[in-house]
Amino acid sequence: MVARVDFLLVQFLTGLANASALFLIASGLTVIFGVTRVVNFAHGSFYMLGAYLSWTIVRALWDWGGREPWLFVLGILLAALAVGAIGALVEILLLRRIYRAPELFQLLATFGVVLIVQDITLALWGPEDLPLPRPRWLRAFIEVAGERFPLHDLILIFVGPAVLGLLWLLFQRTRFGILVRAATEDREMVAALGVDQRALFTGVFFLGSTLAGLGGAIVLPSQSANLQMDLAIIAEAFVVVVVGGMGSVPGAFLASLLIAEVQAFGIVLVPKATLVLVFLVMAAVLMVRPYGLLGRPQAHARAPAGSVSPVVRAAPVVLKVVGAAALALAAAAPLYAGPYGLTVLTELAVFILFAASLHLLMGPGGVVSFGHAAYFGLGAYGAALGVRFLAVPMEAGLVLAPLLAGLFGLVFGWFVVRLSGVYLAMLTLAFAQIVWAAAFQWVELTGGDNGILGVWPSPWARDKALFLWLALALCLGATLLLRRAIYAPFGYALRAARDSELRAEAIGLDAARLRLVAFVIAATSAGIAGGVYAYAKGSVFPTYISIPKSVDALLMVLLGGVQTVSGPIVGAIAFHGLFLTLLQWVEWWRAALGLAIVALVLAFPEGIAGFVQRRWEARFGATS
Amino acid sequence: MSTSAPVLEARGLIKRFGGVIAVDQVSLAVKAGEMVALIGPNGAGKSTCFNLLNGQLRADAGEILLEGRSLTGLPPRAIWRLGVGRTFQITATFASMTVRENVQVALLSHHRRVWRFWRAARETFVAEADRLIAQVGMREQADRPCGVLAYGDLKRVELAIALANDPKLLLMDEPTAGMAPAERLGLMDLTRHLVRERGVACLFTEHDMDVVFGHADRILVMNRGRLIAEGDAASVRANPAVREVYLGSGTTSGGH
Repeated sequence: MVARVDFLLVQFLTGLANASALFLIASGLTVIFGVTRVVNFAHGSFYMLGAYLSWTIVRALWDWGGREPWLFVLGILLAALAVGAIGALVEILLLRRIYRAPELFQLLATFGVVLIVQDITLALWGPEDLPLPRPRWLRAFIEVAGERFPLHDLILIFVGPAVLGLLWLLFQRTRFGILVRAATEDREMVAALGVDQRALFTGVFFLGSTLAGLGGAIVLPSQSANLQMDLAIIAEAFVVVVVGGMGSVPGAFLASLLIAEVQAFGIVLVPKATLVLVFLVMAAVLMVRPYGLLGRPQAHARAPAGSVSPVVRAAPVVLKVVGAAALALAAAAPLYAGPYGLTVLTELAVFILFAASLHLLMGPGGVVSFGHAAYFGLGAYGAALGVRFLAVPMEAGLVLAPLLAGLFGLVFGWFVVRLSGVYLAMLTLAFAQIVWAAAFQWVELTGGDNGILGVWPSPWARDKALFLWLALALCLGATLLLRRAIYAPFGYALRAARDSELRAEAIGLDAARLRLVAFVIAATSAGIAGGVYAYAKGSVFPTYISIPKSVDALLMVLLGGVQTVSGPIVGAIAFHGLFLTLLQWVEWWRAALGLAIVALVLAFPEGIAGFVQRRWEARFGATS
Repeated sequence: MSTSAPVLEARGLIKRFGGVIAVDQVSLAVKAGEMVALIGPNGAGKSTCFNLLNGQLRADAGEILLEGRSLTGLPPRAIWRLGVGRTFQITATFASMTVRENVQVALLSHHRRVWRFWRAARETFVAEADRLIAQVGMREQADRPCGVLAYGDLKRVELAIALANDPKLLLMDEPTAGMAPAERLGLMDLTRHLVRERGVACLFTEHDMDVVFGHADRILVMNRGRLIAEGDAASVRANPAVREVYLGSGTTSGGH
């Protein structure tokens, strides 16, 4: 019994140590969001750079002056400042140009940075994990209630509160800090008072990135620098920021304690479901406090002038002809394309439906999902689990796929439609991470990282041409049904609830129910796409549900243009085409894709289809 | 004006915010075809009272009846179903839709055709929508998006939307706020015409005394949460309590 108490104490202290690192990252993220309203996916990349840079700098310093503690601290601080400078540079070169673009485009741009940083890191440091050998003085243990506790963790426990104190001083005592707080409250007002926003935003990015870099640097001795750090940490950091309340540094502190302790004890209590547990905590907190522990309702971002969402019109005849021609061309592909071409077209059909299903939510629904891959993946796993455990044929698997996705869409959507804005988006991300974690950790059911293999089509559909026609019929058929729904009364009511919830409720529309139904329809459609994809590939893996997959969907919708009905189709073709081209021809395809995303965001802030529509209407007038 | 029983009746409404009593024992009634103005200085409790009636806020005590049926505790959309049309102080329309589509959505909801996924919405209730649009004088602009309309025109669109469910009661919160003076009288003339023609009961709040005295059949005056006077324009003008509240400034024109 005594031993048990000791064990719990050590577990608790480990939680505190982890909380410190988590707080460093989350505090930077929350400060950046509070002031600039940028949801910065690249924050995880800054954390990763902090680890790699301190690996290089600390070792260089040790080679020069021996393994002294003060050199270690100096190296960590230098690495953090270097990351801060990189963050400021990214703000100046990229984000500064797109503050006026819709929030989601900023998010896309930061994801472009994630890809670029991944390849740069790979090029500079190679694919191996890089551990930092701990010097003797850091390898020490101290005795805690009869258990050995690493000195390094003990130091970490004090770093978090120390940084919180320093931030508090910064925010209370300096002009910069006061401006940061004021801008978090009301950024337009601060701008109206004549404060130099550019310097403020750059400063905030420097501060936030430095904190992320510091976080990466201080965990290096207990982990190792690796290329998976960025996306692994960003989901957790988002959870902490959202649970704490976006923009609130004390909230981030509380939330990092909560999350780190949940993890520390979760490993003991439910070792199979630690990841799920964290996101469940987040969902629970958001249900009770929709703006996080210490957050406040977001000050209403005043809509930028002239940001009227365009009227949705029936497609011009030309567009219908082009669409029909493209469909005919795709269906005739077996006449002219080889096996690879048929595979590409099959995947394209899948991604068009995947994008179109997200578009229903984001465009007409106004519901931004950061976790749409969950339903794609649930569709894929629905089919694969049917094959693995029930040995069902493909026909039944393709029924199970949308059923499972739609069922989870109903459950998750019920919570999601109760929130709004960034909190809503983050909850969708959390739900996606729950599904991902289940697929990853619940090995008995899902095979974990190894996935489920042998998900083959029925004999009649094994021929690539026949499978392509099946995919076209299912995916493009569903896409056309989604289009129909947008033009139908349901789609109008959904848009009505998006345009003005006040007015919608005042003419008898139930906005929450409309959004929930849209969520279920979108999830079901994504499930069809996932099911077809599973049979096309013959296997399913947790990566189908990962963050990059959700971002793919966002990219396709946003690049195509969220306010045009054809946007997701154009976007899916453009994105998948770009992706395959880069994958085939460019060695550093991630960096190239990242650069392409950044360039597209800078060039087409209203999306490709939106851009074409505007040019078309400027030239030929609006058709009604 | 067909029946003498009131369409809307509120009895003993009370609403507290913390220690402040925003609405204190307010009772009122509006009959079919009647235009009743609810006026009072800023902070008198007009808007709170209004939001109790339309379901946006829940009363701490009291009862609200629409043709004898209790509205107490119902959400706005349920109140609308029972036949209450609303316009807002700051217009709320669907910016991504044309004028006609705005009215069509209201008609779709009224006829319970929202959960349809196949037929194109723009082909539904066209004639009925155009009739409403013509009634508010927006025929020429039926195909323009609401996002680009002038403010006065949006107010007209709101009126058309509010009339789409053939309401028994029209609640208008500062219908002329933000409009040019000439437009104000035009909109209220139109409203009065429609109210008479359709036999709708209309309750509105208003700051513009020209509008109030020129268009209300009856005027209710609130101050500090209580009703302090009630009557036609002449009697309210002559009422000493009203004069005191407005310090003599409200008896002529102007207001705000």
